[in-house]
Amino acid sequence: MVTNPSIDTHPLSAEVGQEPLLAVDNLHVEFTTRQGVVRAVNGVSYTVHAGESLAVLGESGSGKSVTAQAIMGILDMPPARIPKGEIRFRGTDMLKLSDQARSQIRGQRIAMVFQDALSALNPVFTVGWQIGEMFRVHRGMSKRDAQKKAIELMERVRIPAARQRVNDYPHQFSGGMRQRIMIAMSIALDPEVLIADEPTTALDVTVQAQIMELLAELQRESNMGLILITHDLGVVADVADKIAVMYAGRIVEGAPVHDVYKNPAHPYSKGLLDSIPRVDQKGQELYAIKGLPPNLLDMPSGCAFHPRCPYRRDNCVTDVPPLYEISGTRGSACHYYREVLDGTLG
Amino acid sequence: MAPSGDRILEVRDLVKHFPLTQGIVLKRQIGAIKAVDGVSFDLHRGETLGVVGESGCGKSTLAKLLMALERPTSGEVKINGVDMAKAHGGELKRMRRNIQMVMQDPYTSLNPRMTVGDIVGEPFEIHSEVAPKGDRRRKVQELLEVVGLNPEHINRYPHQFSGGQRQRIGIARGLALQPEIIICDEPVSALDVSIQAQVMNLLERLQNEFNLAYIFIAHDLSVVRHISDRVAVMYLGKIVELGKDDAIYERPSHPYTQALLSAVPVPDPEGRETRERIILQGDPPSPADPPSGCRFRTRCWKAQDVCAEHEPLLEVRTGGHLSACHFAEVHDVIGA
Amino acid sequence: MSNDTLPATAPAQPTGPAKGKRPASLWSDAWYDLRRNPVFIIGAAMITLFIAVSAFPGLFDTVGVDSSTCDLAVARKGISPQHWFGTDNLGCDVYSRVIHGARVSIIVGIVSAAVTGVVGGALGLLAGFYGRWVDVLLSRVAEIFFAIPSILGALLILAVIGRDNAGITSVVFALALLAWPMILRIMRAAVITAKHQDYVMAARALGAGPGRIMLRHILPNAVAPVIVVSTINLGAFIAAEAALSFLGVGIQSPQISWGLMIADARNRFVEAPLPLLFPALFLSLTILSVVMLGDAVRDALDPKLR
Repeated sequence: MVTNPSIDTHPLSAEVGQEPLLAVDNLHVEFTTRQGVVRAVNGVSYTVHAGESLAVLGESGSGKSVTAQAIMGILDMPPARIPKGEIRFRGTDMLKLSDQARSQIRGQRIAMVFQDALSALNPVFTVGWQIGEMFRVHRGMSKRDAQKKAIELMERVRIPAARQRVNDYPHQFSGGMRQRIMIAMSIALDPEVLIADEPTTALDVTVQAQIMELLAELQRESNMGLILITHDLGVVADVADKIAVMYAGRIVEGAPVHDVYKNPAHPYSKGLLDSIPRVDQKGQELYAIKGLPPNLLDMPSGCAFHPRCPYRRDNCVTDVPPLYEISGTRGSACHYYREVLDGTLG
Repeated sequence: MAPSGDRILEVRDLVKHFPLTQGIVLKRQIGAIKAVDGVSFDLHRGETLGVVGESGCGKSTLAKLLMALERPTSGEVKINGVDMAKAHGGELKRMRRNIQMVMQDPYTSLNPRMTVGDIVGEPFEIHSEVAPKGDRRRKVQELLEVVGLNPEHINRYPHQFSGGQRQRIGIARGLALQPEIIICDEPVSALDVSIQAQVMNLLERLQNEFNLAYIFIAHDLSVVRHISDRVAVMYLGKIVELGKDDAIYERPSHPYTQALLSAVPVPDPEGRETRERIILQGDPPSPADPPSGCRFRTRCWKAQDVCAEHEPLLEVRTGGHLSACHFAEVHDVIGA
Repeated sequence: MSNDTLPATAPAQPTGPAKGKRPASLWSDAWYDLRRNPVFIIGAAMITLFIAVSAFPGLFDTVGVDSSTCDLAVARKGISPQHWFGTDNLGCDVYSRVIHGARVSIIVGIVSAAVTGVVGGALGLLAGFYGRWVDVLLSRVAEIFFAIPSILGALLILAVIGRDNAGITSVVFALALLAWPMILRIMRAAVITAKHQDYVMAARALGAGPGRIMLRHILPNAVAPVIVVSTINLGAFIAAEAALSFLGVGIQSPQISWGLMIADARNRFVEAPLPLLFPALFLSLTILSVVMLGDAVRDALDPKLR
């Protein structure tokens, strides 16, 4: 029953009969800072298959974005370091590839959409030029063909009057439209995996709905694997197939999305779900997870969540819980996951 | 929830236009950004009025007008019957004791060069009549305790605290002068999910303890629903719908409110395929050049000729609450 | 609400701040950085030595600099036990004169930097805070002075003042008059950034007046770049004083200045290089140490690294 999270037994990789597109396996990332070594990612494993949406849910400092940056190879090293772990794309460990071979995969077969579209776009070039650059650089297209492709892509992400707006500059677009341009750039080379890091956090609700709908449609059209990194439990419930809840650099619960929302198996995911107000219910006092997320420089002993956990027992302070396998597709890093599931702990 | 006789804030026809000018030496006005364009509402003692809307709807300008940080182009902001928008000097300063604010960003709203004690004690230095000098340190420590911070941390600096703790410091500063009204401008949107609940519970506890009235401005409709007694929905500088919270959330009659509610992701994957979604096309128009008649008509699926010609007034319509739509029609979009 | 009825609530976070044992204020944080920066330690040690020399030259010189200590018979001699740096055209001890020359450099540098910092800083604070016509007026006046090439301008001013009145005061006046606009610009920009911060809005909402907002909220958050530039200016002022004295419009004999010593020694440089080389060496060392100090201060105060 007790397993170390390895690729074969890991609940998030146990999809049958299909090789995952992307597998993160026991990944560790450290940062050297003035105050000491920060272990930002501490043995994270997850997989994404074609056409599948994985939501990585966590608060700031949980390591969810650092994991994505490690996949994309956009961590600054140093101060960052990957002491352990593998990131396999179609079975090949990207961390062992040459820089050149790696850059063939990153950006082309794995692409990323960032939160802040305004700062991710270059203000002195037209959007058409920036989208077209993908084709000029990676596909050696002529300027004219690249421009034509850029217009096609802008239409694909539903930017109205794409032909007229292709020579506009980023600041002439609204926030939602800029995010569409970012998405157009990321899907330009038909990636197999798309990583979206908080793609709608900076946007209004109605625009957020438009963008999430667009992402879902694009995914359906091209059968991409989607990794959605977010702190928003509502967005996760809307689009994800499975979910990895991260806390202090580890996955504390990994499961199909319906399972987690119906009956969370980790006190942290349970606390999060209980602590958010809902638009469809007028609630009583909110349940509040007490305390603060841990200081990564001074991590609590045992289970990192134990100082904030209402169900804490003595061994939680001393023993680091492994990711216990609950079923073929579900895991929880809580010594007492059974009691959490049954509701018999209090 | 809101005894009608206990009205402490009356806002009437509040308008704020920011002039758009051209030329450097000889400036001439070529237009105006109509950030707030005729807003009226009341606030009662101990009540929370939620204000929701998307960026650019004027809700942040509204907060500044209520705090007299901006002067309105026209209209009134009456606190206990006195118009704060026309008050000056000592009178304005005295009125400020009664209305305070909690700001969105806990990282920029506290002066990084001041200790927590100086920040929370500054209201007493500005209004020295409130607390005698020798008593201030004790009062600051009491305030820290009320908002759930360790009073011994009085000599620490803001950067030594986490986001949620900083927001508590901001709340303590807002409470210091014992105001009756607190304007909360997106007070939890910059915080982590697990910290949001702590701060919202704190705000609710303080409201009960001190009978505070809140104006709670936010873009997150779930948060607003949780904390508000009444809710105002703003679009392009105007209130389009105003009513008790269950009226707005369960019986919305304005198409914009319905679209807004349907777009909110519900943290429950069950039934996500069957949920009704009204996906609005395009972006809100510029507040410098709002559409004629009803401002929402350019994105509205119900729009007809009359919407371009006549501006719908905010009045009690079907559903029993205030709504500004010619074709107001109750439609429960979230299935509550 | 009454403070008498405040409940005793348990602090939500008894474990205290998330960060480790870092020093408290941002200023002491900067000081913490400085103390660990070798560039700062070397620069500061050298500057301290030069300040000590200029404050108490008597403790350092060997012969003294009265005319009585000069002896034409030993003019232009090399290094000897009596004359560590040799002697000059008039047979005076170069070492003692270098020691006494430090005072002028240090005083001109520090006073000019202080005057420009205070005047430019205060005007920049007013221009940035009040904006509108105050800003327009101050900025235009500053631009007029800014447009004058500095050494040429100082030459002109000192020429107008005349040799008879020339001295430390007039050199400081000329340098400061031309340099304050730079500080004004830097201060003004920093103030405009700081005044739009939320904490300034919060103070206004509390009813704080303009004086409190400027001095308590804006100035402490806007002064860092002015300190950095003033430190760097210090070195430029020391160099400028030497240049002006060299050109004959700055410090006049019988006062001693490194610039003046270099000027006096230049005609006989080939046969007697020491009277020129030593003041030039000390001038360079002083400026170098100030530049090191300025670099370290900039690194410590640069808000982008915080």
